[in-house]
Amino acid sequence: MKIKISLKPILVALGLGVIVGMALADEEILISKDYIPGKEKPVPVSLSGFSGEAEAVIKLDLTVQGFTFTPPETAQYLLSGSANGNLTGRAQDRFNKNMLVNKSYTGASLRRQAHAFVDDFLIAIGRKGIGQTKIAYKAGEGASSEIYIADFDGFGAQAITTEKNIVAAPAWVPRHFALCYGSYRADHPDIYHHDLGTGRLTKLAYYPGSNISPAPSPDGSKVAMVLSKSGAVDLYVADLPDGGNLRQLTKSREDESSPCWSPDGQWICFAGKSNERRALWKVPATGGTPVRIPTSGVSNPSEPDWSPDGQWIVFTSQMGGFEICVVPAAGGTATPLISGEDPSWAPNSRTVVYVQRDRSGGRRLSLLDVPTKQTKDVPRISGINSQPSWAK
Amino acid sequence: MKVSKLTYLLVIALVITFAATGCRKRPSNVTEIQGSKAGVRDSGPTGLPPGRIASQEQFPSGEQKPGGGEQSPKWGNPDNYTEDRPALAAHTIRFDFDSAVVKSSEKSNVEAVAAYMKANPKVGLRVEGNCDERGTEEYNRSLGERRALAARELIVASGVEADRVVTVSFGKDKPEASGHDEAAWSINRRDVFVVLVPK
Repeated sequence: MKIKISLKPILVALGLGVIVGMALADEEILISKDYIPGKEKPVPVSLSGFSGEAEAVIKLDLTVQGFTFTPPETAQYLLSGSANGNLTGRAQDRFNKNMLVNKSYTGASLRRQAHAFVDDFLIAIGRKGIGQTKIAYKAGEGASSEIYIADFDGFGAQAITTEKNIVAAPAWVPRHFALCYGSYRADHPDIYHHDLGTGRLTKLAYYPGSNISPAPSPDGSKVAMVLSKSGAVDLYVADLPDGGNLRQLTKSREDESSPCWSPDGQWICFAGKSNERRALWKVPATGGTPVRIPTSGVSNPSEPDWSPDGQWIVFTSQMGGFEICVVPAAGGTATPLISGEDPSWAPNSRTVVYVQRDRSGGRRLSLLDVPTKQTKDVPRISGINSQPSWAK
Repeated sequence: MKVSKLTYLLVIALVITFAATGCRKRPSNVTEIQGSKAGVRDSGPTGLPPGRIASQEQFPSGEQKPGGGEQSPKWGNPDNYTEDRPALAAHTIRFDFDSAVVKSSEKSNVEAVAAYMKANPKVGLRVEGNCDERGTEEYNRSLGERRALAARELIVASGVEADRVVTVSFGKDKPEASGHDEAAWSINRRDVFVVLVPK
């Protein structure tokens, strides 16, 4: 170990640092990160003047985005306001006294107004709000499951299927009001594109064998998915919404699963096996040689999701139970965060929605702030909620 | 392996450098650059990627063709056949945890299925792969498919036409036993063989 540690100074002393740097430069280099997962302290804010639903919404939004509530004398930001009919909100920086937000809101619902106020506060401090984003998920299990969409905090949940059959893996099409998901409605595991605005349902992959795990590309023009038409389980990509222009990306006899895209659309990350060892891999979206993404410190990774800012991959590791873990997108040491499975990033690249198992076998959705590890449960519909996808 | 080889080369380089430069005093106007990270990925104590065995880095591809070959759309439309589930129900095969390998103890069942297909040349066969509840959902869906394909491969290898055998995975969505213990799980990790009778 000592030799390893002393290697870098020796390299520098010999002036080889640049050469080594060049030799490694063909790999994606991502050194700067905005936070250390699970290690950041929540930012103290004080909250006054709100009650009931408005207060609950503001608290949830701030908790899952890395804030904690303290008396004004220890707060960094002072949030105040009222919600009698319409919501009025103020946010002030306690140190420099700058008024960050001073606004009244009308229209929609009080919940929406409260979400909008928190979003305005976050934008004022240079961050991105998630208060008005949506999630999709699966409720129920087996032959009686349906796809739902809801606000990210679980409110306003609405079934978008009435299949009374197995449905699976809903995934938002980025920049479109549409989902892709798996359904056995034709007594076969096929992949559908569902335009939520028009209700138009397009069966986009229904090859012999299984058609599973759709993942729309960041620009909404393509879909990655897992098919077994060749007689083996492999990764494919095709056009949206009709499934045309099918292209095979992997040719292994192992079981690839859960593809996701890098935010620039260049790579598709997936869980795959080689030499009986499970790992995360990425393959160029236009085809090429898969590259392993090391996840040191944890085993059996599956269900990867690449953060919208490109920095991180969140995934499920199975080591006895399931753990939500994050790793730098280029690979490296993985950080286990909390027990749970099937994580999906919010557009802010810090909050994820994931699945928690009860002891009784039920499952519920929860929100996790990756930097601070603060969590909040999402209200549940029926006994089992799973496979969340955050709209981006 | 890579690191130790590199270290070896560096030691040699270091010796040569010292031999060439001797113990000359460093000029005082030279700024020593400490730990410049330009272009060096920050992983592992040395900043270099950890050594890995090359063969484990290769994603398996292509050399071995899937034994069962391309799946046929012939048995894709449920309007064209009726299902006979009881016919081969006694030959359901079970798998070990997280494995898609057909165990030798299950091979006689696969042989019986192949024999049935040869004796009934007009019917099709759907192999349904299933998992226990422990894996993650989409991982299980892929694993279940691979279990179905493993049996298909053996059935085709024993002489049944590939275009008569199709596969489907239910992941963990169709358990046979409802418990949450190994007794139930070992029952649920299975391939079910369904005879498809043309209408």
